Amino acid sequence: MSAESSPKIVIVDESPIRAAILEEGLREAGYTGVVHISEMQSLLARIYALDPDVILIDLENPSRDVLEQMFQVSRAVRRPIAMFVDQSDAASIQASVEAGVSAYIVDGLKKERIKPILDLCISRFNAFAKLQDELDRTKSALEERKVIDRAKGILMKVKGLTEEEAYVLMRSTAMREKKKIGEIAQSILTASELLK
Amino acid sequence: MTTPLRIGFIPLVDASALIIAVDKGFAAAEGLDVTLVREVSWSNVRDKLNIGMFDAAHLLAPVAIASSLGLGHIKVPIVAPFNLGLNGNAITVSPALHAAIMSEIDGDALDPMATALALARVVAKRRKSGADPLTFGMTFPFSTHNYQLRFWMAAGGVDPDEDVRLVVLPPPYMVDSLANGQVDAFCVGAPWNSIAVDLGVGHILHFSSDILVRAAEKVLAVRQSWSEKNSEVLAALTRAAAKAADFIEHPENRAEAAHILARPQRIGVDAEVIQRTLDGRLKVSPDGALRESSRYLLVGREGAGRPDPAQAAWLYAQMVRWGQTEMRPDALRTAMGVFRPELYDTAMGRPDASSDSSGGIGAFVGPAFNPDDIAGHLAAFKIGRWKP
Repeated sequence: MSAESSPKIVIVDESPIRAAILEEGLREAGYTGVVHISEMQSLLARIYALDPDVILIDLENPSRDVLEQMFQVSRAVRRPIAMFVDQSDAASIQASVEAGVSAYIVDGLKKERIKPILDLCISRFNAFAKLQDELDRTKSALEERKVIDRAKGILMKVKGLTEEEAYVLMRSTAMREKKKIGEIAQSILTASELLK
Repeated sequence: MTTPLRIGFIPLVDASALIIAVDKGFAAAEGLDVTLVREVSWSNVRDKLNIGMFDAAHLLAPVAIASSLGLGHIKVPIVAPFNLGLNGNAITVSPALHAAIMSEIDGDALDPMATALALARVVAKRRKSGADPLTFGMTFPFSTHNYQLRFWMAAGGVDPDEDVRLVVLPPPYMVDSLANGQVDAFCVGAPWNSIAVDLGVGHILHFSSDILVRAAEKVLAVRQSWSEKNSEVLAALTRAAAKAADFIEHPENRAEAAHILARPQRIGVDAEVIQRTLDGRLKVSPDGALRESSRYLLVGREGAGRPDPAQAAWLYAQMVRWGQTEMRPDALRTAMGVFRPELYDTAMGRPDASSDSSGGIGAFVGPAFNPDDIAGHLAAFKIGRWKP
């Protein structure tokens, strides 16, 4: 069985970037059999065709419930999965759910071989979330910068101030009113729209 | 002082009592500051409740039982002080399967025995002609939808594990899957049946209340350990949900309730569709035919809110019948212990309420359900994975 050399891993994720980050991490760690599924139609049939040992799925994916079906034996499911059935797995479940990912292990793969895959997956998901968060913050900082520049322009024009004076005025107002400078700038833009 | 709570839900009409409790201020009036978290899968709701990311959840009643028994996942005892809804599911079939069943039917199309026997003839014909087996969608292995579909088709002689395919599909994918032929039918809660009919891709064949007169559907679920440490908060949450359920059941409030529920961060479908569901007045055929039933979905009325341990026993019996677990007296006791009428009674200030006010199950076939003799009950059904 191929699982003795390198277990076959399927990543079910509609986010191509996150899947690529995870796939790369797994390959670097020496897991060569990694396949990414981004299309949710006939998911179960595709998984059975690939016959993986481990399935990783992001928690934003409604198709996670489809995978739960693999615990059952029926016409649709001939090879059930078994995992996380003893209480010692609670910590793994907690860490993975918090990271936003879940793992399904097909019966037969040894527990000690699963742990490094799951740990890697959790750290890559957390890294992706951090990246996303930084990106969002950079975006909003850029937005704020634009708003402040426009407000500065308005103050310079209406009150005949220099750029420096306009900025100092906004900053001192923000301190006095215990607000962020971005909020003061936004109020200036709103007021100037209203007074047009 | 207000108590902050995080509560998970799936956007379905049977989450109404929970959503209205929060959005109409019943929870705040009880001193609760609830953040509702909309989720995309039952597995997520279960896991986040189990590990403590949620304090409470809108949960499939069978999932609460499975979690308490450690079936399919780690064992985390769950208790339900409130039943968010009785009934509310429907079986919807493609126009082609509808036509096939109607051409085979001998009797009333509203009689589930007549439709199940007709289905058995359709299945037999398909087998003879070498056609693929029919595929039925349902929402989760431990779901009322799974058990209701199985109960119905098995009564007509169709073995749900051998004669057809039963597949799990997330509710939002049901309608598309019916339209593109991936499934021939499905059993799901509101609003998805109505949406399939409105789009002309499905016929509602049965309300789940045709199959079982009274069936626990979703519960308000909390961890047992949490309930023991937070009994007053739980009582307050139970009261808020009960008051919201009362509000929804008054016909003059329905339009307002439907409007609140329709918002994108809640259920996110047309208010009109939600109101049809709450009123039990559903379009069942693309040609516009309506069907009304006072039993379609019960939110609070007829004592629906009070958890009934006999309902939990019935669900456990289905798990046994279909081979999801074996029959064990201690497991039955655990299952029944998930549904906690006394927590409801205490919350509502009626600690002396009678403890044996079971409304029964009212299945369309088989003997009356008796939680004290599940083996005897199951022996009455020919098809099943259970061996005595």
